[in-house]
Amino acid sequence: MAEAPLLELRNVKKRFAAVHVLRGVSMTVRAGAVTALVGDNGAGKSTLIKCVAGVYQFDEGTIVWEGRDVHITSPKVASSVGIEFVYQDLALCNNLDVVQNMFLGRERHRGLFLDDESMEAAGRETLAGLAVTTIRSVRQKVAGLSGGQRQSVAVTKAVMWNSKLVVLDEPTAALGVAQTKQVLALVRRLADRGLGVLFISHNLEDVLKVADSIAVLRLGVLVAQPEKTDVSSHELVELITTGRSGTRFPASPALAKQA
Amino acid sequence: MLAKPSPSPETIPAAGTLAAGESASPEPGAPEAAAVLADAGDLKGHLRNSLVRLRAGDTGMLPVVGGLIVLAVIFQSLNDNFLTAGNLVNLIVQGAVYMLFAMGMIFVLLIGEIDLSIGFIGGVAGVVMAELVFGNSGVPWWVAVACGLAAGAGIGLLNGLVITIIGLPSFIVTLAGLLAWNGVMLIILGNGGTVPINDDNINNLANGLLSPTAGWVAMALLVALFVADLLLADRRRRRRGNAVPPAGVTILKIVTVVLAGIVVVAICNVDRGRLVPIRGVPWVLLIVLGFVTVWSVLLGRTSFGTYVYAIGGNAEAARRAGVAVNRIRVQVYVIAGLMGGVAGIVYASRLRSVSTNLDGGTLVLYCIAASVIGGTSLFGGRGKVIHAILGGLVIASIDNGMGLLGLSAAARYVVTGIVLLAAVSLDALASRGRASSGLS
Repeated sequence: MAEAPLLELRNVKKRFAAVHVLRGVSMTVRAGAVTALVGDNGAGKSTLIKCVAGVYQFDEGTIVWEGRDVHITSPKVASSVGIEFVYQDLALCNNLDVVQNMFLGRERHRGLFLDDESMEAAGRETLAGLAVTTIRSVRQKVAGLSGGQRQSVAVTKAVMWNSKLVVLDEPTAALGVAQTKQVLALVRRLADRGLGVLFISHNLEDVLKVADSIAVLRLGVLVAQPEKTDVSSHELVELITTGRSGTRFPASPALAKQA
Repeated sequence: MLAKPSPSPETIPAAGTLAAGESASPEPGAPEAAAVLADAGDLKGHLRNSLVRLRAGDTGMLPVVGGLIVLAVIFQSLNDNFLTAGNLVNLIVQGAVYMLFAMGMIFVLLIGEIDLSIGFIGGVAGVVMAELVFGNSGVPWWVAVACGLAAGAGIGLLNGLVITIIGLPSFIVTLAGLLAWNGVMLIILGNGGTVPINDDNINNLANGLLSPTAGWVAMALLVALFVADLLLADRRRRRRGNAVPPAGVTILKIVTVVLAGIVVVAICNVDRGRLVPIRGVPWVLLIVLGFVTVWSVLLGRTSFGTYVYAIGGNAEAARRAGVAVNRIRVQVYVIAGLMGGVAGIVYASRLRSVSTNLDGGTLVLYCIAASVIGGTSLFGGRGKVIHAILGGLVIASIDNGMGLLGLSAAARYVVTGIVLLAAVSLDALASRGRASSGLS
């Protein structure tokens, strides 16, 4: 991967009062690849992505977006540069149909009125383009969809707006086996279409299925960011729980200092 | 829940092999997708979809239409005056006030809130209008009506601003409004207690009748508008390659509306007078249908309408999507206030006066009942303006039917209360059904 990464974090730090949640994290997210962010509870995963989303700001360090320094000061700025989020709690309206949810806040108009026909056609094409095949009708209310289908709608909604990076916060939590498979396949397709995907998960099984690169956070420090092909699941578990694994992944200096 | 904790080391090798198998067999490709996504275009598929929705708790207008039929059968069997032309027209005129109030209430219910002050908003609007045309004031009737409406919308604006800016629950703010605007109404009415209305134009709003021919013409225009809109929408959808409702459904809708129009006008044009001939469609029916059309278009075809539903469904999601949630909420209260004003003016017109007897408390409960009975959810996010008509008819039928039977107001309150409770229970059970079906 010779080209510059889509998103690069350089030594970012974040503290809440006396608690150092992120103590100098450097990691990269490539376009066209799925980067997983794993770590135990309290490792700082959520804080990290919330800072990328503009919900919080990093105290120190820089965010490099497509080779340029950026300051993501609000969620609006994040989406204007092309970063879209799929929140854990989905942020869909159950009482609206699939198309209405996908276009919520960015409706198309024909004169004074909504251009329902063109939105429906566009929504259908986007879903079909991502091979989301399980949704029978785009005029179906989201309430009637399964968890996996809802997650698919949420993800599709995020990629409709020329986004370059999609950040997913535990997209498969609370999903069954078949639905998880469906969502992971969708995540994979996003990357195959050239988007960058940053994907937080507690589930190593899922991570190993879709990720190209796996960033392991532990206690606010990035322990390692190996390629999937370069790491075994056994090593990953060790990295997550102890911060080191054999001689290939020695303990990071920051963690060693603390110990 | 199905969320898995971080797997223990011994389960992971299995995961690794699974991963290899997975990536080799992707999901079915895109060409197939389009076929799957298109809606079932035939009548059978449409019926099946409706059945699925029904089972999921989306009962639509079914309960209320059924309820109306049951009421009609009961009252007609107890007193055969119920289904006479004269009484049915009465029913429309009586129900119109509830319908107009309920239209405003439905907007507020849709965003998951409530406006308890709407009854006395109507009272204030009515008394403002009545005072302006009282005596030989020389104020044109339409100026008086406009002032009444402005008073209603203004109170709605105040409600909305207090609720959103201070961040108080709508229940409390509008409960305060119920008391305060009752007081204001009484103050304006003064010691007399009654302000009669002698302006014919105003009294005709509720009591005036179209000539039989004009009734047919008006109904033909409305039906033609509806049919043209339906057919044009279908054509636009077809041109875009979207799923079009099966022809059978469209034909069924058209036939229903045409028949309903013919039946209503035919009934209204029957001579129902005892001494002098009285026939024709009441003006107020056109007022009601006009507002239903305007509000339905606003809710169904504009961003504003989508946002109203979105706020009721998931306000946080709406906010994240960039919807100016509080601005929409204020606008909803203005609409509620305006409709309170319209209903209050029609009410005053029907009674040809405004008096201290106006009970805004009962009116507000009746209009909540009408909305919920019609099919609008108390829990926000689900409902249509048309529900106001059906629910208003139910409330008016109970009132009217029990009045025909000579039952006391007390008995009517009991029955209306029971019907409201039944409707709310149905709503709650239905939303529980929706919730569980959503997880399947």
